[in-house]
Amino acid sequence: MSLYQVQKLIYQLNRDPRTRERYESKPELVLAEYELSDEEKRALIEPDIGLLYVLGVNGQLLMHFAALHHIEWNAYLEFMRQGLKKHGPVREGVYATTGYEGVEAHDERLKQEREKR
Amino acid sequence: MSLVYCGACSHAPGITGRAERADTQTRQALHNALYRMGDEIRAAKPDALVVVAAEHFANFFMNNMPAFAMGMADSYEGPIEDEAFLKIKRTRVPGNRALSRKLIEGVMQTVDVAYAEEWKFDHGISVPLHFLTPDYDLPVIPANINCQGPPLAPLKRAWAFGEALRSAIDSVPERVALVATGGISHWPATPDSGKINAAWDREFLARWAANDRDALLSYTDADTYRDGGQGGFEMRTFIAAAAAAKGAKGRIDFCEPIPIFAVSCTVATMQLGA
Repeated sequence: MSLYQVQKLIYQLNRDPRTRERYESKPELVLAEYELSDEEKRALIEPDIGLLYVLGVNGQLLMHFAALHHIEWNAYLEFMRQGLKKHGPVREGVYATTGYEGVEAHDERLKQEREKR
Repeated sequence: MSLVYCGACSHAPGITGRAERADTQTRQALHNALYRMGDEIRAAKPDALVVVAAEHFANFFMNNMPAFAMGMADSYEGPIEDEAFLKIKRTRVPGNRALSRKLIEGVMQTVDVAYAEEWKFDHGISVPLHFLTPDYDLPVIPANINCQGPPLAPLKRAWAFGEALRSAIDSVPERVALVATGGISHWPATPDSGKINAAWDREFLARWAANDRDALLSYTDADTYRDGGQGGFEMRTFIAAAAAAKGAKGRIDFCEPIPIFAVSCTVATMQLGA
């Protein structure tokens, strides 16, 4: 069980094209190079973005891991929200959720404020 | 005096990557403010641009995380992100190894800065450059403050880094511009992405524009986390720029919350010599 190892693997994938190529053809070989729990391996292979977020993976790593799997921005955010519902609060790392209203509602509120000015 | 320009701006990846999803008028106003910052930098005729950024695990990781780092190469590549994600074409950006070395030696007089002969730019540098030097014709010297992986350097050390940069820049004959990049309040790449504490951002920028050292350094990381999210730790880059301005006062050229870009998008200039 090591958030550090999960993040290190994602860091390498994000920055090193050769690791990426190897991961795309034989992911199990790359995973074997890191000390990962079964839960972490499963979260990476699926990939289960929601679970990775709950495990505590930094969003600056996770958003690129999602992009690597062609997961669009809104879907990425939604996977994390679903992950919180399914797996409970973030277990480690820097995150706590704060009950944000969402971009659309926020945009609408700002637009009204601008019109009032 | 060889610091010829000093400013700060946002670097959020949404500014380019999700550009079309923002309110058109607000986005254009932001882009215009960034282009004007580029014009002002060029008008100062710099030989190089120091970009003090808060990078996001493109080069530095928790296996060996420098509190402060500077690039020392004749060129850099960026952005490291997927081109489709960031919507910026990957390119080679000129550096200036010899000038980097002189500046690093200067900074080292007071701050233990790490140096890096390889550096891949991420959105923290690539997004600002896309607007400020779109032709990539000005040598860039990247500098980084760890704002991602705690423990983080205390704010007073970010100030000391800014002072050290200024003193190093003042000791070389080259004309140097400096831009700090970062978000103030934000919760980037999390389910709260888009949340912005605009009032808190304005208060921070007021302290920045007044170049009020004590007020800038009075934030604790616990306050920042509560009011500005983990993204708020990037205030360190703004604080370094304020210190580098050595008492000059700032002008806030643009500051509007744009939720799809996840920050109060900011363009601000220190009025050197005013």
